[in-house]
Amino acid sequence: MTTVQFIFYACSVLLIGSALTVITAKNSVKAVMFLILSFFLAACLWMIMEAEFLAILLVLVYVGAVMVLFLFVVMMLDINFAELREGFTRYLPIAVIVSGIMMYLIYKAFGDALTADIFPMPSPRPDDYSNVEELGMLLYTDYFYAFEIAALILMVAMISAISLAFRGKRQGTKTQEVSQQVKVKKADRIRIVKMDAEKPEQGEGA
Amino acid sequence: MITLQEILTVSTLLFIIGLAGIIINRKNIITLLMSIELILLAVNTNFIAFSRYLDDASGQIFVFFILTVAAAEAAIGLAILLLVFRNRKTIEVETLDSLKG
Repeated sequence: MTTVQFIFYACSVLLIGSALTVITAKNSVKAVMFLILSFFLAACLWMIMEAEFLAILLVLVYVGAVMVLFLFVVMMLDINFAELREGFTRYLPIAVIVSGIMMYLIYKAFGDALTADIFPMPSPRPDDYSNVEELGMLLYTDYFYAFEIAALILMVAMISAISLAFRGKRQGTKTQEVSQQVKVKKADRIRIVKMDAEKPEQGEGA
Repeated sequence: MITLQEILTVSTLLFIIGLAGIIINRKNIITLLMSIELILLAVNTNFIAFSRYLDDASGQIFVFFILTVAAAEAAIGLAILLLVFRNRKTIEVETLDSLKG
């Protein structure tokens, strides 16, 4: 067994184990932690398949941002997790049956079709091959519209998440009201006092 | 090197674990969201495996977009979850029946 194969099998076994822990964990914080572990292990698998950019993206974006978001939400909610686990054993047989059937169907459909004869082992990439360069060339030419739409989706998600979670302005807080500042007129702010010019008396000034 | 079938077996198992997670966790929305993330991870692994074995980088572009959409979905889903908890003090899926669906 080569080193790559050993790493692949170790990562796969750990990945399946941590994924199982995610769906069966009693505590949601534990589930999120194991989800982070499974993302790391999946990034290792992607690295073995020479998708370096996406593997790093998975760790940076998913582990760094999305999972932290999950963790924040889990910690912010004050929930009795034991209550949420009722009915767990009731649905377990259904889950086992459905997954068994799915597994059998997928095996039947693709078990013989994807053998090593049809998909031969790809040769390793040359040393000067750059995954980022190849992806960038595709992303900014063929998939440019999709890329722009993806940016738009992210902006919509940001705006909607903020507007969903925003509670409105609270009473008694002091904030800047830009519209009022813009609308203000000269008459609201300054008072012009008309008075006669006075001549200072002799001996007082200077 | 690893054969395509081994990689696909791993991602199939991941997909089925995610599916089973949706079935057995009928009450906890957070675990439902995490199961969806597992399913998307399995799909992405499939895309990358085929992209490597067919030597076509377009598969990796698709993974890029799936990651984008999944991040947006997680952000909005968690915001909705926060609103549900703020208004109802619970995140049990079965109590969310105001729409009588």
